[in-house]
Amino acid sequence: MRIREHKKPFGFEKPSRPHGKIIIIDERCKGCGFCVEYCPQDVLELSERFNKKGYHPPEAVNDHACVNCGFCRMICPEFAIYTVEDEPVIG
Amino acid sequence: MSVTDELKAAVQAQTNKSGDAGHPMEDFLRMDRIPHIWCPTCGIGVVVNCFARALEKIGIPLDDVAVVSGIGCTGRVAGYVKIDSFHTTHGRAIPFATGLKLGNPKLKVVVISGDGDLVSIGGNHFVHAARRNVDITVICVNNFNYAMTGGQMAATSPTDSILTTSPYGNFETPFNLPFLAESVGATYVARWTALHIHRQTEAMIDALTKPGFTFVEILAPCPTIFERRNKFGDGLDRLNYYYEHSEIKHGEPTANVDVGLRTKIIVGKFVDKDRPTWLDSMNSHLKRKLGDRFTPYEG
Repeated sequence: MRIREHKKPFGFEKPSRPHGKIIIIDERCKGCGFCVEYCPQDVLELSERFNKKGYHPPEAVNDHACVNCGFCRMICPEFAIYTVEDEPVIG
Repeated sequence: MSVTDELKAAVQAQTNKSGDAGHPMEDFLRMDRIPHIWCPTCGIGVVVNCFARALEKIGIPLDDVAVVSGIGCTGRVAGYVKIDSFHTTHGRAIPFATGLKLGNPKLKVVVISGDGDLVSIGGNHFVHAARRNVDITVICVNNFNYAMTGGQMAATSPTDSILTTSPYGNFETPFNLPFLAESVGATYVARWTALHIHRQTEAMIDALTKPGFTFVEILAPCPTIFERRNKFGDGLDRLNYYYEHSEIKHGEPTANVDVGLRTKIIVGKFVDKDRPTWLDSMNSHLKRKLGDRFTPYEG
């Protein structure tokens, strides 16, 4: 088959990486900062706002960098953050 | 409407808004008791997370597991997990678990409790359950003091640590828990800190699947008392301390793994050996002595 007859261009497809949607349950958070400190992709940061208990819950400032590793869910002692599988990011 | 109800309603509203099944731990916890009483930056919640993950990875039905706790901060675990659990009197978690195991040998019995409960007040029970090699798993969350009662000095407090009952520093020699567990006959001994999420989960899986008396020690920060009085900062600073000062040495002789106040922390899997469990020994021994007159006990 000649090159011009291929429908798709040659070469590898662009690599994709997993992506997670971060869900933070604000009212359960006690602002310990474990997830912020130990996120391997530095996705999270403590926010300026307060929750009802008076703590600063984290917020996702770098959302697209999340790779859905789930470390934040495992290290959160308050069961207040988790990630769900999202569409993979290409490139 | 009380404050707790208000908080729960707010959480409910937010969970509904996100439009998915909710936090994965919600199937494992008694959600009417959450938020829990543990201090901000306490490490016990992390251990509960890892324990849930370990059970999930083994794939054992939750009806076949029982959790027993004693008194103390870690003793609250039995109240928060949504599986069969019992909150025993102080120090008596292991004897209760032994009875539970002998009553129903098919049950997977796990003791999750603190250092003050397991090896100070219940030290004798710990020694004898390990000597008999009763088939239970003991997960000891070590925070180096009696935290719930106000921070008294415990049998695991490192020398020179300042606590409520040792304002000029502790002058006693503390227990080295892996050494203690190995010398009295535990078949699996490991130590990790609250920061080693994946490694402590693996250790729990190993301990839960191995027959015999298995022991996992987990060092957890106690921000309100131990860290505050000894000027370690809060729990996050303590996790950073673990990150910088812990050294993984699998198979290290347990006599060398003492924890000092500001020394290196040696973590890892120290002991993994096979010994017949108490029930196996009883069955084989009596079968040998009595022959056909004895029916092995299966539960």
